[in-house]
Amino acid sequence: MLRYILRRLLQMVLAFFGTTLIVYALMFAGQGDPIQALAGERPVTPAQRAYLTEKYHLDATGVGGFFYRYFDYVKNLLQGDLGQSLTGRQIGDILQAAWPVTVKLALIALAVAIIFGVSAGVIAGIRRASIFDNSTLVLTLLVLGIPTIVLAPLAQYFLGVKWQLFPPTAGSQPTFYALLLPGIVLGSLSLATALRLTRTSVAENLRADYVRTARSKGLVKRRIVTVHVLRNSLIPVVTFLGVELGNLMSGAIITEGVFNIPGVGFNLFRGIRTEDGPLVVGIVSVLVVVYLVSNLLVDVLYAVLDPRIRYE
Amino acid sequence: MRVRRLAAWTALPLAVTLGLAACGSGGDGGSGGSGSSAVSIQISEPKHLVPTNTTETSGAQVLAGLFSPLVDYDAQNKPYEVAAESVTSSDNKVWTIKLKDGFTFHNGEKVTSEDYINAWNYGAYAPNGQDSNYFFEKIAGYADLQGKEPKAKEMSGLKKVDDLTFTVTLSEPYIDFKTTLGYTAFFPLPDAAFSAPGVVKDSYEQAPIGQGPFKMKGSWQHDSKIEVERYDAYPGEKPKVKNVEFRIYQQLTAAYADVLADNLDVLPTIPTESLSTAPSDLGDRYQSSPMSSFQFLAFPTFDKDYSNPDVRKAISMAIDRDEITKSVFKDSQAPARSFVSPVLPGYRDNTAGAAGEFNPTEAKKLYQAAGGPSKIVISYNGDGGHKDWVDATVNQLKANLGVDAVGSAEPKFADLLTKVENKQPVGAFRMGWVMDYPTMEDYLGPLYSTNGSSNYYGYSNPEFDRLVKEGSAAKTQDEAIAKYQQAEDILAKDMPVIPLRFGENVYGHSSKVKNVEMDLFQRVNLIKIEAAS
Repeated sequence: MLRYILRRLLQMVLAFFGTTLIVYALMFAGQGDPIQALAGERPVTPAQRAYLTEKYHLDATGVGGFFYRYFDYVKNLLQGDLGQSLTGRQIGDILQAAWPVTVKLALIALAVAIIFGVSAGVIAGIRRASIFDNSTLVLTLLVLGIPTIVLAPLAQYFLGVKWQLFPPTAGSQPTFYALLLPGIVLGSLSLATALRLTRTSVAENLRADYVRTARSKGLVKRRIVTVHVLRNSLIPVVTFLGVELGNLMSGAIITEGVFNIPGVGFNLFRGIRTEDGPLVVGIVSVLVVVYLVSNLLVDVLYAVLDPRIRYE
Repeated sequence: MRVRRLAAWTALPLAVTLGLAACGSGGDGGSGGSGSSAVSIQISEPKHLVPTNTTETSGAQVLAGLFSPLVDYDAQNKPYEVAAESVTSSDNKVWTIKLKDGFTFHNGEKVTSEDYINAWNYGAYAPNGQDSNYFFEKIAGYADLQGKEPKAKEMSGLKKVDDLTFTVTLSEPYIDFKTTLGYTAFFPLPDAAFSAPGVVKDSYEQAPIGQGPFKMKGSWQHDSKIEVERYDAYPGEKPKVKNVEFRIYQQLTAAYADVLADNLDVLPTIPTESLSTAPSDLGDRYQSSPMSSFQFLAFPTFDKDYSNPDVRKAISMAIDRDEITKSVFKDSQAPARSFVSPVLPGYRDNTAGAAGEFNPTEAKKLYQAAGGPSKIVISYNGDGGHKDWVDATVNQLKANLGVDAVGSAEPKFADLLTKVENKQPVGAFRMGWVMDYPTMEDYLGPLYSTNGSSNYYGYSNPEFDRLVKEGSAAKTQDEAIAKYQQAEDILAKDMPVIPLRFGENVYGHSSKVKNVEMDLFQRVNLIKIEAAS
């Protein structure tokens, strides 16, 4: 087990440098004129241009320039310095401010998905073809069909502005209550998927041989479902939710924008929009780590859920 | 079994840590403005808060609270003294600026003429990379501070006379110099801002120290808010509110939802998508006032398709400006038929003459006679909400000129400008202008002079250049305006660009504030605003 985790950690180092190299290369290739992008619709003075070009090595172009800038970046990264964004702020500071709020938002979303999605999925799986099952299927279809960009403003308008049940925006240091609505909106998509996954998996396992055996032994239904069926049904759901945690963090761009939460998703969007290469690469590097860690966590959890799975 | 337990022990702490992080600082803060006495105003994240490095509206809005300008503008947009006692010159070349006594910085330092000289030299010194660098170009000795390794660190044109007086010598006479002094770039900096002579501390802009009606409360909370409170030792007109919170929003629509819910007090710009519902949503809290922005359609005059002025005039005549401002902009902008904004002294209505009038039959005749291109392309930046009006314009050109016309989106304005600079074929392209200070020169010089900083269309007319120059060097305002107007008449003849719309501030506020006024620079007047009783 320990050897397995160590091996995975070593793989993660490789994966990390591989992905940052690719992202850096993509940013480098797609970059138009970041200085003008930064200035928006104003003309840039020659003095300003010379100053920024030198500061960010923007004069290093071509293949040689690319590796020069990439290695310069990696060198700083290894010293724990994410560098400066093109606006002059430390990327470390930006991430430090953006990270906690996004993590909170993602965890609320994940909790919503687990609490509502998994439990409704279990009930729907047990009572297949019942009214509950059919109505949740229709509801999930509806939720999966409405993109966040529609769902989020609608929720904000009705629940925040019109009926004033929630604050319409959350801000940078939100209370749990203020984050609840954006969390539900963000989680609704994974909720629907988690529900469907759980339902199918539970329904399938209920027909399995070991359930029949347990039943013929005379075990009560509750024990069969909670101990035997649920544990085996959760493997695909855990896989999904583990990957989803990474998705929720990077994919909160729209929700964060609508509810004014200056988190990771927003900063990533801003970085791409202003061609702020250092900022984008910095955020993506951290997101890569999140994905890798959550995947490792999922793999380790398999062993807890299913004792037959062993790692050597 | 061993494996399972180990795994559980690995997974559990991780899960708990994540869970704790989630609950961490749950109790503090909150976004609601209710309960606190602060008036909240929407801004977006400022780029910088050093006066000589601040050119966008959000930063300027914050600095307008922290600093007091030398001059401000009255209802006719003529300058009057605020922090200055007097700004005088006998020849428009050597200007004497006397400061009012009694102004202090928020750290207690007395404001002296040196604070202005130091700040301006810092801004003009090219290696400092300040955004407002070019605002100092009219001052003598500016050229010596440019380039990679400038010859000098201080402009020869700035001379201290005594603690409250200094003189500014310009390289050429410039009648509107006093007017320019209202701009953000001309604020002073306290000694505390500098870590060494000519070097501003990095930490200064996290909590700028100014000499204005408000001082910083805490420091700049990036992406979140900037709070200021009334500075009691301010000698000028005192603001009516004690605290102002500049709240940073990434999206106007989010801020709009907050205004509707009384969670935010002032929204200086109503988002375009809410324009049609805003009047009914906000009632009399939906307001508008004049603003200086100017939207126009520019032509690459070096491109032979558009080099004939008659082609450009015909296109102008084929566009129904009234219809577009009404249907697309819901009258939140006004149709433009002149080259300078109506807010300025010297503005005349309809200087574009016949070319500004909507006249499809004449337009078609003129277009065919002048041999205009069979396909008109209008390029615009796709990120700025321009698609709707460009589409409407294109349809009008199709119908009224009988040609093929399309809108072509570039991802960003920067991409568009790069293409224009490299003389790649983009067709006609949209441009916008917001003035830095209320003079006609600001609308004419940079945009159409042969070497103008924003002359992207290769327009060059020596007669025009001469008139603008003579206007700047004029002895009296009237004489200057006459020259500028003659220059504008040349534009009407040559039509290097066609005017489309003048902007307006369209803003809204919550029911918790009153007397919300906005100036020509899209800034909320922080002295006038009051809490509603």
